[in-house]
Amino acid sequence: MNHFPEAWGRPRDDVYGAYDHSYLQTTGPKAHTSSPAVTGTSVLGVKFNGGVVLATDNLASYGSLARFTDVKRLRVFGSNAIVGFGGDVSDMQYIDRLLESIDIRENYSHHGNMLNAKNLHTYLSKVFYKRRSEFNPLWNHILVAGYDGEGEPFLSSADLLGTTFSAPHLATGFGAHLAVPILRRLFPEEMPLEEVSKEAAIEALKQCLKVLYYRDARSMDKYSIAVITKEGIDIKENEVIEGTELGFC
Amino acid sequence: MVAPHGVTGMLGEDGIHVDMQHLKSGEVNLGTSIMAINFKDGVILGADSRTTTGAYIANRVTDKLTQVHDTIWCCRSGSAADTQAVADIVSYHLNMYGVTNNEAPSTQVAASLFQELCYENKDALSAGIIIAGYDPRHGGQVYSIPLGGSLHKQSFAIGGSGSTYIYGYTDAHWREQMTEQEGIDFVRSALQEAIKWDGSSGGVIRLVVLTKKGAVRHLYLPDNGYTGPGVTN
Amino acid sequence: MTSIGTGYDLSNSVFSPDGRNFQVEYAVKAVENGGTAVGIRCKDGVVLAVEKIITSKLLKPGANKRIATVDRHVGIVSAGLVPDGRHFVSRARDEASSWRGVYKGPIPTSALANRLGGYVQAYTLYSSVRPFGTTAIVAGWDSEAELAVDGQVGTGPSSGSGGKVEGAKGGGPGLYMIEPSGLYWVSSTSASASSPIYHPNPTILPGGYYGAATGKGRQAAKAELEKLDLSSGNLSLADGVKEAARIIYVAHEDSKDKEFELEMSWISSVDGPTKGRHEEVPKELREEAEKAAKRALEGEDEEEEEKMEE
Repeated sequence: MNHFPEAWGRPRDDVYGAYDHSYLQTTGPKAHTSSPAVTGTSVLGVKFNGGVVLATDNLASYGSLARFTDVKRLRVFGSNAIVGFGGDVSDMQYIDRLLESIDIRENYSHHGNMLNAKNLHTYLSKVFYKRRSEFNPLWNHILVAGYDGEGEPFLSSADLLGTTFSAPHLATGFGAHLAVPILRRLFPEEMPLEEVSKEAAIEALKQCLKVLYYRDARSMDKYSIAVITKEGIDIKENEVIEGTELGFC
Repeated sequence: MVAPHGVTGMLGEDGIHVDMQHLKSGEVNLGTSIMAINFKDGVILGADSRTTTGAYIANRVTDKLTQVHDTIWCCRSGSAADTQAVADIVSYHLNMYGVTNNEAPSTQVAASLFQELCYENKDALSAGIIIAGYDPRHGGQVYSIPLGGSLHKQSFAIGGSGSTYIYGYTDAHWREQMTEQEGIDFVRSALQEAIKWDGSSGGVIRLVVLTKKGAVRHLYLPDNGYTGPGVTN
Repeated sequence: MTSIGTGYDLSNSVFSPDGRNFQVEYAVKAVENGGTAVGIRCKDGVVLAVEKIITSKLLKPGANKRIATVDRHVGIVSAGLVPDGRHFVSRARDEASSWRGVYKGPIPTSALANRLGGYVQAYTLYSSVRPFGTTAIVAGWDSEAELAVDGQVGTGPSSGSGGKVEGAKGGGPGLYMIEPSGLYWVSSTSASASSPIYHPNPTILPGGYYGAATGKGRQAAKAELEKLDLSSGNLSLADGVKEAARIIYVAHEDSKDKEFELEMSWISSVDGPTKGRHEEVPKELREEAEKAAKRALEGEDEEEEEKMEE
């Protein structure tokens, strides 16, 4: 997949060639936003024994311009789920408000059963699919982290087309290219989740963030990291990537 | 280039959206330098005064600082028609808010209204707006709404085509809790740089200072190197 | 003047010759038959309490809540026809959510009361509808913290916004009561559109009632509320919970034969126990308050008996 959010959901130029605009009708259905404006890059997530950890950097780019450097792309839902957003920031804010309205409705009654991360992921993937079917997609690729109905750690992705994916470690955008191979090496498929400690998961994500900072031109060194355990959510939003090694040159 | 139906906005070579291509042909563009900052006693808004259609300067003394409530103002960039319409609608709603709730609207309320309009109509609009307001409870606040309609709270915001030339200048010279005079100097010298390097920005520098004393307008002319006359109301 | 037989009580949209709307007055009767509900505005929060008469032994204890949450920071309790109360709550939730849709933040309690007052009043105007058979108490806490715009990113200056006026806080408790006529009281407002005046102390910021009571035992409850000297703004939320429980027990005295459940909710300041949210009063606290209420009542009885002995 192309790591430029602008290109998401479009036929790949290297396969199909550039789009010929002369084919476009001059009258016809309404065209909606076909590209995002202010965008966030990768979201990273790893499951560990008893929880999940999620990380993003704090940058919102405007094309190649590093325009906003204090954008928190990990949004907390209720007391036990987190959504990490890549892609368009205005659509992230829209979804954030949507989730807030759901949270308010959920708390009308005092039963105490909140939507878990799995429910939330199902819901959001359907929101994405509905919008892409209206030819007006929400230009995001998200990771949802928390617990499923059985209380097991949950981590899944959903994108602007409504496509969903689940794995013990996931990454969106550039991270899908650069972080996933690192995570696969650190936590191979045959390794049971019980053997992945919280500390190892956090350390792995920090390592991935550093590699992405080295190689993703739309990334920065300030990041947010959230650890979800049964004790609750521990979120740090003003971390800095440390130990970048550029001295060798 | 005549854009085919439904194509809104293009990417430039550097991946940045090019405003001019987003505009309907012949439309008036605020190829602009605008900014707003927080300082010790409130906020300061600033803008150049050039409006262009292509390379022709349609208006050399434009006022891009628009009042939407007593101490809530905005800086407009993008299409002049779009941003004027949006500011008019917000101004109406803020007025109604004040009357129906018997309470002056906060800057947050103004920012929300601006964002709702810019986000829901992103396909039709070409508007980059900075909102700055003052109220005694929250003090001065600056919000930025770039092209897609996202809302960003900032300690200072810059916008318009000229802003790309002063990212470095403003970042290097920015300090929190400046005095009013330091704030004015910061905005003025930043805009002076933007005007210098951006062909689509020019003319005079207009400022509005918002504090508990209300709104005070300033004017600075190129004739004397943007040193005066200063306060105009 | 009696309304019976005159025909002036048959339609909502018809006044009687002496200027009364009998349908509204009958609606008030429905309220007067309902279980007592009270609201107390304290310096650091608001309490709601209701006497829930047990109409059947087959009803599950603790179920069928009568106090409802609207948005996060507002609670509503009503006396009178329960279904009318539910519809009222549903409207309140719609209003709160529509406010958020436009302004991206919580609706001020006063604005909600205003909209609901308008809604209820409309049901007194048309022959096709009947008025609400409920009087609702609307309680809320408008955050005194700096409000963010919902979904906002970025934080502004790390040293805080410039030019904040010392002591110019907003927010605080709000307590309103909306009657079947649509009547509700809001004291002089906090600011005007053209010249904002901000109250230095939000705890004495006018917001409707200091204490409100409705339902069958309202007279006794009001008498008790008046003794609390609420206007001085000294009563703490913790004491307010105890007083609310006691008042419901006092008000219940006259209809002692019927069993009831006490339901209570509260909204504290942002740094208080509920963090500005409307929540049920925790079970332990409620039971403690109920115990104290029973003790207080027994104490009163004993005092009276002692006096009789003398």
